[in-house]
Amino acid sequence: MTAPGSWLSAHWLALPGFVHSTVFILALSIVLILSVAYLTLWERKLIGWMQMRRGPNRVRLFGIPHTEYIGQPFADVVKLLIKEIITPARSNRVLFRLAPAITLIPAFAAWAVIPIAPGFAIADVNAGLIYLLALTSVGVYGVILAGWASNSKYAFLGAMRSAAQIVAYEIAMGFALVGVLMAAGSLNLGVIVEHQRGAPFHWNMVWLFPLFMVYFISGVAETNRAPFDVAEGESEIVAGFHVEYSGMGFALFFLAEYANMILIAALTAIFFLGGWLSPLDGYLSADSALRHLPVPYLGKAVGLVLGDGTHWLALKIFALLCVFLWLRATFPRYRYDQIMRLGWKVLIPITIVWIAVEGVLAWFHVGPWRA
Amino acid sequence: MLVTVLFYTFATILVAAGVGVITSRNPVHAALSLVLCFLTSAVLWMLIEAEFLAIVLVLVYVGAVMVLFLFVVMMLDINVEELKRGFTRYAWLGWLVTGIVIAEIVGVIVQRRLGLDVTRGAAPLPPGYSNATELGTALFTRYAYAVELAAMLLLVAIIAAISLTLRRRRGLKLQDISAQVAVRAGDRVRIVKMKSEPRP
Repeated sequence: MTAPGSWLSAHWLALPGFVHSTVFILALSIVLILSVAYLTLWERKLIGWMQMRRGPNRVRLFGIPHTEYIGQPFADVVKLLIKEIITPARSNRVLFRLAPAITLIPAFAAWAVIPIAPGFAIADVNAGLIYLLALTSVGVYGVILAGWASNSKYAFLGAMRSAAQIVAYEIAMGFALVGVLMAAGSLNLGVIVEHQRGAPFHWNMVWLFPLFMVYFISGVAETNRAPFDVAEGESEIVAGFHVEYSGMGFALFFLAEYANMILIAALTAIFFLGGWLSPLDGYLSADSALRHLPVPYLGKAVGLVLGDGTHWLALKIFALLCVFLWLRATFPRYRYDQIMRLGWKVLIPITIVWIAVEGVLAWFHVGPWRA
Repeated sequence: MLVTVLFYTFATILVAAGVGVITSRNPVHAALSLVLCFLTSAVLWMLIEAEFLAIVLVLVYVGAVMVLFLFVVMMLDINVEELKRGFTRYAWLGWLVTGIVIAEIVGVIVQRRLGLDVTRGAAPLPPGYSNATELGTALFTRYAYAVELAAMLLLVAIIAAISLTLRRRRGLKLQDISAQVAVRAGDRVRIVKMKSEPRP
């Protein structure tokens, strides 16, 4: 007699490969969409607390008491779904409809190569890092097309600003990743994470600290988030490139922005903060007393919680997302020329200098290159 | 089998998009068709297991070159009527060039018979073969000087492009950012203590 678990796993393994990937893709997408929904709520709550307000506090989940605000994302979705969709006069209909999808697709497709758990990614490709760069660079089309197809001056101005900004910061981002690539010696994200094994002192964040900062700042700029949100600067150009979108079109842009935030946070966690590696790695050895507690299963559970795993990646992503929100609650919007100056004259030179420094370190076998 | 189906699907899209590039009236549509061309050809490269090149094609051409292209095309105010006026005058030249190109293509295909039965497709790659590693090894060992030379040329081109377009206008008001950053509140605001005066 076999346990039900092994029966399930045997049948699961017998299924063809495309069924596996479809199930993984669906599961990941659902988790992502739910995370996006609750990230919007968390943003409003957190910024509310930072500004001594309450934030949303009205919608309960199915009327269950003491769940105030938990149902807020669903209320938002319903509201957006039943709003009228307006297409501006003399706009380009096909591109107008297509643009929100183009911004959204890369933000989800990029998750294919992300190592979610130890040794697992939906597609464990060797050129994973390049794939990510390629996908994130495609996202800008949605913004440009939305601005152009709307047949509106404000939308077009927003799109132009956003395109210039994204092109500028993409270079800094790419150069920062060159540093990561030099450290790990591989384009495979799994190998990049594995390379950072050890306590937090082995994470890329330590030796590549300038690149870490540049990458994260560029990430904030790339997602058009405050303080780099000139593309939708309300005070100047109403709402920028998505001025003309209502209902679900707007919701898709909104979804894409938050999905991109989660993606950038995940990438920063993987490239610089050790991804799914536990920060206690190296402190909790296999024969540690914590792993051999007298209570049955407790030692194993402690090992699972404190060892490597998806929960560490999730925790790091969450922490970085909170930084995103913190920035938005704290800083006023940058002026447009200041954004350009920061991107081209500050961030890109820093990355170039640090790549050279890294080359020298690697040549003389200093730090992590002490082979 | 699946590969063949995928190949013909994407090849059809590629050709259709290529036709779209030259036939669409709207320059933005033409540029977008070109983007679709690049994307589908990247998929075709992926099918012959050249995944590194495919991704780099998307990264460089779709992600960078075409964005700038689209940027410029959208800003241009092209008068289609004016463009169409010269169309018939140069039509004979166009037909001539088309004829020569078609003759060349047909000539090559007839001569070499480039069917799959002749070329036998790409050789299957061994497992564990990494495109990126192979390319990197070739570029940074055998062709290192060529790569450096190309990089130098690109750098020169960048500097040339910037210096050609950079014009220093007289009387231009620019901000001195370092001076702005160095400003302290004490330089700008002076707090004066005053005695309160009775209302007149």
